[in-house]
Amino acid sequence: MATVVITPPLPRIYFNEARFELLKLSRNRSYLFSMIGFPVIFYLLFGVTNKGSVFQGHTIARYLLAGYSCFGAMGSSLFGIGAGLAFERGHGWLEMKRASPMPAAAYLLAKLCVAITFAVGITILLMILGTAMAGVQITTIEGLRLLCVIAAGVLPFASLGLVIGLVMPSNAAPGVINLIYLPLSFCGGLWMPIEALPHWLQLIAHGLPSFWFSRLALRTLGYSDSSALLAWALLAAYTVIFLLAAAFIFRRQEAQA
Amino acid sequence: MAASVMIEPRHSTTNKGSAVASLHSVTKKFGRQTALDRFSLELRAGEVVALLGPNGAGKTTAVRLLLGLSQATSGKVEIFGGNPRDRASRMRLGAMLQVGRMPETLRVREHLQLFRSYYPQPRPLAELLSVAGLEGLEERQFGTLSGGQKQRMLFALALCGDPDLICLDEPTLGMDVEARRAMWEQVRRLAARGKTILLTTHYLEEADALASRIVVIQKGKVIAEGTPEELKTADGSRAIRCTTSLTPLFVSAIPGVTSVEQDGNSMLVRTPVPEAVLRAMLASDTTLSGLEVRATALEDAFLALTNQSASVA
Repeated sequence: MATVVITPPLPRIYFNEARFELLKLSRNRSYLFSMIGFPVIFYLLFGVTNKGSVFQGHTIARYLLAGYSCFGAMGSSLFGIGAGLAFERGHGWLEMKRASPMPAAAYLLAKLCVAITFAVGITILLMILGTAMAGVQITTIEGLRLLCVIAAGVLPFASLGLVIGLVMPSNAAPGVINLIYLPLSFCGGLWMPIEALPHWLQLIAHGLPSFWFSRLALRTLGYSDSSALLAWALLAAYTVIFLLAAAFIFRRQEAQA
Repeated sequence: MAASVMIEPRHSTTNKGSAVASLHSVTKKFGRQTALDRFSLELRAGEVVALLGPNGAGKTTAVRLLLGLSQATSGKVEIFGGNPRDRASRMRLGAMLQVGRMPETLRVREHLQLFRSYYPQPRPLAELLSVAGLEGLEERQFGTLSGGQKQRMLFALALCGDPDLICLDEPTLGMDVEARRAMWEQVRRLAARGKTILLTTHYLEEADALASRIVVIQKGKVIAEGTPEELKTADGSRAIRCTTSLTPLFVSAIPGVTSVEQDGNSMLVRTPVPEAVLRAMLASDTTLSGLEVRATALEDAFLALTNQSASVA
């Protein structure tokens, strides 16, 4: 009996995986609240209500548009990937997927694509709120550049999410993510200009991926004059470090599985 | 599929089916603990094999090795003549594992749609819904299903690719009697279609009802193997139950008696020579009543086997 192995087209699997991942998250209210609710509510509270105010030469609502876009991108990555993976791994669902012919890359790429989609969506939402309610003016080019930075900036945080998802038990993951996410955002200058923080915090900030991510986002709106190349290089380095850590943890878990 | 060879599935001893999957002298250690100890198992085409054993015996470990979810410390695992981790092997394999929760905001239909897309020739959606008894639930989100419905959902996922080999890890765990019987019926139908099935269970009744071959496993080792009938008479003993005025001490002294249990008025005597023992008992007790002689049930055999092995160890 000649066996011909027919395989379904891979692009279709990748597409389906991403489509259902998006569907799954967009119906999950608690994730939606963490991922979209936080940045939108904070922006309304601190950005829109400060319409027209200027702090240290920055128009607050415009400055915070970049900051909360980064905040949204980090949340999408850490919750969507970190908490999502922790849940699916912890309850045995990942084993069902792994025993199936689904390519592992399809699973991971779906989660990454959805995190990017949410991050970009949140940024667009904030741009609409900013221009409509807070009198923020941004050009099309600025807007597009910000979106590109946000989309690419998801990578280091998605990789960090992968590490968290592999390590954390599913019930502890959301809490731990908040413990990482909120300090990273605060110290990274996402909520207020870094100059407003105490000197020692500013020193710490320079070691955080959130800081370099926000520098790139702020640059697109003309705020930061720090080197884009350095920021990109550091974000790439963080991505590699987190991915290596994830691979190491995964290997070790495999050996013990 | 027309290509699969139909084999009478209920008579494993006459089964000349080719090996579909095998664990060959596999040892699996978790740290210093040995989950499987030189464990061998061969699944031949069309067989329904039940891995029977208490919790922690190593049943799930064996299944996970067979599925390539875990690597053997030593020994060889093969599926369809290849590595279980190969995508080609997994195309012909379906697995129902013990899953606590799965993504709860996807609908039954969507979960099936996604899993079906992994396979070259998936079973039609309507057929899957009907086989797993999920008709009318296709638009329900997974999180709103009852425990039994969730189990059936996992069963349906295992069948999405119309696989040749199906592994069911404790498939009826937490199901009520009716749902369990419905699941058994579906397993029998799969077997009738020539599918090879490996199921793990700690329900003796389930193994007895479904399996063409039972492999009893304890502490990572095979302690008995055979058809349900063979296992029932494995120790060649019969159980005599009766109401008698004789004392257990007296009965246990009768030549050929292996064990005596007193349970209220009723006495249970195990022996490979029931005729001789009965003659002795009847001669000493003319009031003996409620007499019953039977082959030890699979449950008794199972307990006997596991106790025996435990006391030897």
